[in-house]
Amino acid sequence: MGERIVIAGIGHTAFGSLPGRSTVSMTVEATANALADAGVERDVVDALFVKPPTSFSETLYGAKIAEALGLKGLGISGAWDQGGAANISLVNFASYALAAGQCKVAVIGFADNPKTGSRATYARARNAEDNLFGWYSTMAYFALFARRHMLQHGTTPEQLGHVAVTIRGNGARNPAAQLQRPLTLDDYLDGRMVVDPLRRDDCALISDGGAALVLMTEKTAAEVGVERPVPILGFGQGLTSPSRPDLTRTGLAVAAASAFAMAGLRPSDIDVAQFYDCFTPTVITAIEDCGFTAKGTGGRFVEEGRIALTGDLPVNTSGGLLSETGMPGMQLIVEAVRQLRGTANLQISGARKALVTGQGGAMQTHSAMILGQ
Amino acid sequence: MTPKLPEAPDPAVEYWQNLSEGRLTFGRCRQCDHAWLPVSRECPSCLAADWRFEASTGDAVALSWVVYNHAYNDLWADRLPYVVALIELAEGPRLMSNLVGDFDPTQLRIDHPVRLVIESEGDTAVPRFVPIEQVPEDGDTT
Repeated sequence: MGERIVIAGIGHTAFGSLPGRSTVSMTVEATANALADAGVERDVVDALFVKPPTSFSETLYGAKIAEALGLKGLGISGAWDQGGAANISLVNFASYALAAGQCKVAVIGFADNPKTGSRATYARARNAEDNLFGWYSTMAYFALFARRHMLQHGTTPEQLGHVAVTIRGNGARNPAAQLQRPLTLDDYLDGRMVVDPLRRDDCALISDGGAALVLMTEKTAAEVGVERPVPILGFGQGLTSPSRPDLTRTGLAVAAASAFAMAGLRPSDIDVAQFYDCFTPTVITAIEDCGFTAKGTGGRFVEEGRIALTGDLPVNTSGGLLSETGMPGMQLIVEAVRQLRGTANLQISGARKALVTGQGGAMQTHSAMILGQ
Repeated sequence: MTPKLPEAPDPAVEYWQNLSEGRLTFGRCRQCDHAWLPVSRECPSCLAADWRFEASTGDAVALSWVVYNHAYNDLWADRLPYVVALIELAEGPRLMSNLVGDFDPTQLRIDHPVRLVIESEGDTAVPRFVPIEQVPEDGDTT
């Protein structure tokens, strides 16, 4: 990519129920926090990359956010529609714009408010004819995927449960998490079956919240005196086709391979991972598709405790989407930055390389990013 | 490239019409022989708009399935629990549908064989699938 790009600042709102807060307002708050964290003024921002809300539809959303942020004379502003994969993809595009000298300080932001707003998007039929089959909800798509993984690879409900128990345990120790209640495997198995094979605790939280990042080149960061820049080493994107021969393989394999190749790293180099845990089966398949273990063995990997804080691949150390907040997904990037700065709440000792993944829709879109010192 | 009529009929209309006449059909490309669902104006394999409807034999397998214990829509509240499955027709195309009839979902196996039944949902003919009982394989004691 040429010039090395860094995440210079991170910021977010409170997570949970934020009545009366628009996505615009939350993005402004998160951006102000990220700029303060980077130690730069709002007026140096010359590029804005945002992800539109998931829970309702917006057009020309980038222009709306730019106006609310008082950003004048922006070179680049716009929104990228890729669901939960977009946060990392925006880092992708901002990095190239920065490396090309097209902008100097880029802000990336996302906020949504389905908890106090509408959560209908998660229960909807995606096509009109789906009503004829009762084919509703985001959760059902992941249940369908989980069942195939169970049939094909012998993945068990207990293994899905280990994902929930591990991540909810991390969230329970995060004072900023929306849900700070730990979960036992028995609690998990006793939980209400919603769309079999997925239970209540397989599902991410419904949350209001926003987060933002400030990006610049490493050179600019040095010039303006950014205290704790975290370099971006690689990224990638991928798409999963519904007609793929093996239903248990996803486009994250393409996204992760791209990120590892760009970074010149291998899975064994990763010290901590933040996987997009909208539903527990995605963590198991992400471990496989990112190359930490062979396809079909992700369940065993989890069951052996390897994703625990004491394991060789600690994941979702601030509680992920299952505990910290279901929105905005960008908190996964924020937590990776904290781990590499050495300022995480549950700090992994000596963490130098972090992997973050994103996923959108019903597993159609994927992204992966590697950060590291 | 052949110019197309701006008001060409949506192929989905004919797909549902075919069902009402007792046939589950899919797209079969005349250029590359690809078979697909849902029908679309262009073949998703070679992008040609030169294709025909072909009727399925109705033989299929269930690649995966879920059991709804929660109704996300009132239309389905009194049908709980119900099963939605990803079906792969013997000819290749995939579609979402229901598994219906008298069966125990816990006894279904990977790629469980199923057979088409066309049911009425109001005025609409809907393709659904009945699991076919399997003969246990050699050495299988279940």
